[in-house]
Amino acid sequence: MLKIENLNAEIDGKAILKGLNLEVNPGEVHAIMGPNGAGKSTMANVIAGKEEYEVTAGTIELNGEDISELAPEERAHNGVFLSFQYPVEIPGVSVTNFIKTAINESRKAQGLEEMPAKDMLKKIREKSELLEIDRKFLGRSLNEGFSGGEKKRNEIFQMAMLEPKLAILDETDSGLDIDALRIVANGVNKLKSKDNAVIVITHYQRLLDYIVPDFVHVLHDGKIVKTGDASLALELEAKGYDWIKQELV
Amino acid sequence: MYSVFKDFSTFKRNKMELKDKLLSSYVAFENRVDTNSDVHEIRSQALENFEELGFPTRKLEAWKYTSLNTVLKQDYSLFPNTERAIELVDVKQYFIHEIDSYKVVFIDGKYSSFLSQTTHEHYDVCLMSSALSNAKYKPVIDKYFNKIAKQDNLTSLNTAFAVEGAYIHIPKNTEVKKPIQIINFTTGSEAATMVQPRNLVVVGENAHVQIIERHQSLTSNAVLTNVVTEIFADKAANIDYYKIQDDEITASLVDNSYIEQQSNSVVSVHTFSFGGNITRNNLNFYQKGEHIDSILKGITIIEGKQHVDHHTLVHHIEPNCESHQDYKGIYDERSTGVFNGKVIVEKEAQKTNAYQQNNNVLVSDKATINAKPQLEIFADDVKCSHGCTIGQLDEDALFYMQQRGIPQKEGRALLMFAFANTVLESVRIPEVKQRITKLIANKLNVNIGFDL
Repeated sequence: MLKIENLNAEIDGKAILKGLNLEVNPGEVHAIMGPNGAGKSTMANVIAGKEEYEVTAGTIELNGEDISELAPEERAHNGVFLSFQYPVEIPGVSVTNFIKTAINESRKAQGLEEMPAKDMLKKIREKSELLEIDRKFLGRSLNEGFSGGEKKRNEIFQMAMLEPKLAILDETDSGLDIDALRIVANGVNKLKSKDNAVIVITHYQRLLDYIVPDFVHVLHDGKIVKTGDASLALELEAKGYDWIKQELV
Repeated sequence: MYSVFKDFSTFKRNKMELKDKLLSSYVAFENRVDTNSDVHEIRSQALENFEELGFPTRKLEAWKYTSLNTVLKQDYSLFPNTERAIELVDVKQYFIHEIDSYKVVFIDGKYSSFLSQTTHEHYDVCLMSSALSNAKYKPVIDKYFNKIAKQDNLTSLNTAFAVEGAYIHIPKNTEVKKPIQIINFTTGSEAATMVQPRNLVVVGENAHVQIIERHQSLTSNAVLTNVVTEIFADKAANIDYYKIQDDEITASLVDNSYIEQQSNSVVSVHTFSFGGNITRNNLNFYQKGEHIDSILKGITIIEGKQHVDHHTLVHHIEPNCESHQDYKGIYDERSTGVFNGKVIVEKEAQKTNAYQQNNNVLVSDKATINAKPQLEIFADDVKCSHGCTIGQLDEDALFYMQQRGIPQKEGRALLMFAFANTVLESVRIPEVKQRITKLIANKLNVNIGFDL
């Protein structure tokens, strides 16, 4: 589904990704771990198409198509979803109307009619129940005055609504208490299928107790330096990252 | 031998300055009106004022950021003669046609009975020309006409030629059942047209009225509109007024509005400025009683070389009153905005609450906004606040929206609409709100519903 080869990217002339390789197949969950500054969020933003980052070498293929020149919305229309580490506040636009606009713009791009209001409401009801989101919450301005946990839950709610092929969760666990973490993880698990894939970026093993990865990758200095199964995350939790750095020398 | 030189310059026709043209056409104007009247005394006095003051220049503090020079260079026809027939179907779009309403419509400054729907039942929604000439209305005219209009340059010019416009008189304890639309069309039957509508709105104690005003050019010929509207709100009266400005790029507008409020009255004016050539709004509120609320709101969205200037004044004279100003501006390309908001709180006006907010987004780095709040506070127990921001669209928010599949253009539009939406929330006629929403979507060149 996703095939990243020799990806090099920089921001303001500073190289962040230095030859990243990653392949994700449908139905898989990949965890990306690594110390601060390793390039985890950069990787997520580059896949999503944030313009501040310049790709200097390498390719990003989604279902066989190179997406590295596409606009962020085109990537979204192709099924890429990024759950933001810091979701942006948008005063004056309610959660409901934001998601309606997002869905209908995606449908428009695919040559489909707008989703009938009845279907939209039904879907909103279903998905908000899945993530235990209060109806009143949906009428509020997007992310404005939301707590950290509410913002993250709202991200996963949008993911549930948009049904992406590839979801990248960038530190979705940070700022969540244990109950919220369980709700979010439960939501992600319910949305998982053999046709879609999830990349979980996290510092902590904690989230991986709930969203069990097929692969765990360690990102260090702009590339993946070690790959293992779920047990690697436990090892990292216990031993930290220094032993991997030493292994590299 | 002498060679014969002809001095060709003497043959060059000197185009008359607009001021001279106006002054010299006054005799012709006087042939058309009753010069033997109190009103004409007022007109003649106003003409003298204008003769002395002339057109405003940028040397005047109040006109520092707005120059009328290019606008005044046009050779305007002052009394366009040919009344061109207009079919309703051609102009329907300029009415809020989804609602039943009274209509006072003028074409090239002349009343159009065909497009209008006036009334004298319970209240007067009719013409200034008949109010000025009919003895029945004389007490109202004597009491209110030109009583709060400033004796300044452009208002004096309007007064000097005041002959036609909307006349609205609502007696006390009366609720006008449907909104009133005042629309001034110019047909471009002349190469350039100047019109000077004069409106008077008198709303009695505890009466209630909603008014929508629009000036619309129907061709690309130059138009200069210099309109004066005087509005009187008696005790506990409620006036809800909407100005829709979305005109041709060749049409300029100077809107001079003067509002006097008595105790417990509420007057709200929303000004939607979506362009034209130069648009200048002089909106003046005078609070002559206690427990008054004055609401001034505006959305400005312009591009190209369009220019919109909002000059507001709220004069707090008595204690325990409020004023609320909220102006949002979005400026693209080389457009220019001006916001000059003046609030005066007199020494006697204790317990005044005066709020002023002016937020601007510059979409292009070539666009300009000149923002100047002016607070003159002589009382000591007041709450006055003003806030002014100038910013760009939030790029992170834009990326966030794109990531969710909303294209950049639509994302920008959504952000801008959300930004301006605080002003729309207080629009009380749903059809007006819908229309403005549609105009904004058109203006931002997107096809989305904005049902935020």
